[in-house]
Amino acid sequence: MARVVVDVMLKPEILDPQGRAIAQKLPQLGFDGVTAVRQGKRFEVEIDGEADEAALDRVRKIAETMLANPVIETFDVRVL
Amino acid sequence: MNAARIGVITFPGSLDDRDAARAITMAGAEAVPLWHADHDLRDVDAVVLPGGFSYGDYLRAGALARFAPLMTEVIAAAGNGLPVLGICNGFQVLCESHLLPGALLPNAGLHFVCRDQRLRIDDAGTAWTADYSTGQEVVIPVKNADGRYAADRETLAELEGEGRVVARYLDLNPNGSLNDIAGIRNEAGNVVGLMPHPEHAVESLTGPSTDGLGFFTSIVKGLVGA
Repeated sequence: MARVVVDVMLKPEILDPQGRAIAQKLPQLGFDGVTAVRQGKRFEVEIDGEADEAALDRVRKIAETMLANPVIETFDVRVL
Repeated sequence: MNAARIGVITFPGSLDDRDAARAITMAGAEAVPLWHADHDLRDVDAVVLPGGFSYGDYLRAGALARFAPLMTEVIAAAGNGLPVLGICNGFQVLCESHLLPGALLPNAGLHFVCRDQRLRIDDAGTAWTADYSTGQEVVIPVKNADGRYAADRETLAELEGEGRVVARYLDLNPNGSLNDIAGIRNEAGNVVGLMPHPEHAVESLTGPSTDGLGFFTSIVKGLVGA
């Protein structure tokens, strides 16, 4: 069994009001020097067998079919 | 002649299917209940995807409903010209299904917004807006958490250039939607997505106006005249 991580992020040009709200709060908490925060999603996908290239391809297919909406998001697949 | 048959899909988490069916009946058509898990459009002449929170809006609004069994038939039929109207959650499902371009994201203000909204009908040439005149101003409620229409620059330019923005928010933009977009259509004009809820503006007793009825009378007249 292997675990594959899919990180999904909004495309840079898409406004992320949640990330912006977080970034705006940080100075009040004493955390200076943060210029921006972008909030994304992380999926951990458990698969049978090894995380070989074929398995990763399958996870990439899952990511582009369902986990991410390619119209507004990008994704990144890696083995944990 | 038999009344037009307009289907309303119920997904788990749909909320406004009954209101949509009622509006369809008021417009003079037969409202046909459709079930998300079937593979049967029951020979309807048009389909409405109602508002609500299908599948809890898990993952993204409309993302799981897009894979409901019945959507296979809806996508195929829409490609063959079947009139389809997606309201609110239904609009989100149509975007996730790629029947309409772009996507609907959480409101820019991060709050659920519920208000009587002034709109301008910018395209009265669709199957669902023919009973309006282009430029007509109407008041129809919006109620959504994920109503911020977003699309890349090319898509937006295409929508604007081809006059495919069906309705636009007036006075204020409730969700940060690009270009104040409240509704769009596909190239053929048979598929329309609308964030506001015309089915909640069909009777003076329960709505701010009866301005929403036009979406339903438009399709009924079009089908009867066809």
